Amino acid sequence: MASLNLLPLAIDLVLALTLLWLAWRALSSPDLFRAVVLFIALGLVLGLVWVRLDAVDIALAEIALGAGVTGALLLAALAKLQSAEAETADASTEQEGDWQGCSQALAEPDAKSKPTLTASATMDATGSAMPIALRILLALLLLVPLAGLGWVVWQLWLPAPGLTDLVAARLEASGVAHPVTAVLLNFRGYDTLLELAVLLLALLGVWSLSSAPHLGDEEQEPALAALSRLLAPLMILVAAYLVWVGAHAPGGAFQAGSVLGAAGVLLRLSGWRVPPRATGWPLRLVLVLGVVVFACMGLVVMAFGQPLLGYPPGWAKPALLAIELAATLSIGAILAALFIGGRP
Amino acid sequence: MTSVLVFALAGVGLIVLGFYALLVQRHLLRKVLAFNVISSGIFLLLAGLARRAPGAEPDPVPQAMVLTGIVVAVAATALALAMIQALRAATGRTWLGDDGDEE
Amino acid sequence: MLISLSAFFLVAGAVFFLAGTLGLLRFPDVYTRLHALTKADNLGLGLMVLGLMLQAESLAAAGKLLFIWLLLLAASATAGQLVASWAQGKGIAPWRR
Repeated sequence: MASLNLLPLAIDLVLALTLLWLAWRALSSPDLFRAVVLFIALGLVLGLVWVRLDAVDIALAEIALGAGVTGALLLAALAKLQSAEAETADASTEQEGDWQGCSQALAEPDAKSKPTLTASATMDATGSAMPIALRILLALLLLVPLAGLGWVVWQLWLPAPGLTDLVAARLEASGVAHPVTAVLLNFRGYDTLLELAVLLLALLGVWSLSSAPHLGDEEQEPALAALSRLLAPLMILVAAYLVWVGAHAPGGAFQAGSVLGAAGVLLRLSGWRVPPRATGWPLRLVLVLGVVVFACMGLVVMAFGQPLLGYPPGWAKPALLAIELAATLSIGAILAALFIGGRP
Repeated sequence: MTSVLVFALAGVGLIVLGFYALLVQRHLLRKVLAFNVISSGIFLLLAGLARRAPGAEPDPVPQAMVLTGIVVAVAATALALAMIQALRAATGRTWLGDDGDEE
Repeated sequence: MLISLSAFFLVAGAVFFLAGTLGLLRFPDVYTRLHALTKADNLGLGLMVLGLMLQAESLAAAGKLLFIWLLLLAASATAGQLVASWAQGKGIAPWRR
């Protein structure tokens, strides 16, 4: 019996150690590409950890956003940085395409000769400007917060009531049956509204930093094109399913939006372009739809004597559904636009 | 119960590890990675502490906060990467500071 | 009976995963590593999905599990093809004894 209880703990210990080891390797690897791949692996293991913590909503978001979209963003940025580096370092060095630069180190995990990477790799190997003595001092200093935080966590280790009961008591009035969705869209609606605004602001920042993305006619991979033809409609279906299921089970606008965004990334990689007549106001409308619908719903209820974002009883369900649908579309579009980068 | 403690402590480890790399590494892309590791550690700590609540279901409020945090972290990462590329295009460097590194 | 059959499939799947990982770590070049990954791991996941389907509460849950496996087959076949064609374009010769 005792061994049966120890097994989950052993699995969790292995997961936690893997997490720390992957983080250390990702942060200390001399090769930037390898660092990014290890970081993506860290995100996947973290997804498993969330499942172990019974936080399925977070697991979905972590895999789709933390590992998926962040990984795609990092790989795209790395490919652009390295192709720029290769151009300046040596005009005759082979140029790297978008995803080709990404898959380079996957093909050569051993530290064989990597002509195109040397320019960046040599700088990264000596990447730190800090002398070794200072780094050791810093590591010793950081032991203080490590020990302090660890001690606090240890000390706090009493069962605490939390807000579970409070949420459960008001769940019926929230319009949805899944507590996390209820907190996100109803009880803490401010957070989610502002979060959508943060996403939009980040996109505005990206758009103001870079001009129109260069949409060359890269050579198409037939296998990738076939996969995206198969997956893109399926991903839209999955996104719709996630929005719907979010009302009573893990899922919801953010997970669905990230699936939509991933579909956009996949389509972009396989050479699909937003048709020019849709890049004007239609695209911008979709991008702001989530914030606009959310804010309007929040304001309209005030006409009925409710506080801001306080939905009148009985109207919560349709209001939340409208907000979720709009938010899903906007999140998907914003994430894909962040990946493409640059104002169309 | 103890498993949750393991993950909360791993979160503390991630925070400190990421903080060290954030200070030591010079390449801005590595700093972005470090920043993301720190945020993962904070999420793990937050959700781990929230799991102390008795009952089969974890506390939904910290879960919703972590979900919000993940989305904000992705937005911040995208903006930071765009800034690095703009810096690279303007100065040819992928690190900050003017400590005599320019040839 | 059903439980032991399910456990058998799960363990068999784990063995295939182990073999695939071993191949990824020990094989000499890109193509052989891809071979280990795409073949052994896909079969391993298939066995695991089969094992889990036997324990599924409803037909819908079993169907979703099967669906996950089919999606992964498509994705891993494409990824394998992409990496291999990239390596070929790069002029990496297949390993010979």
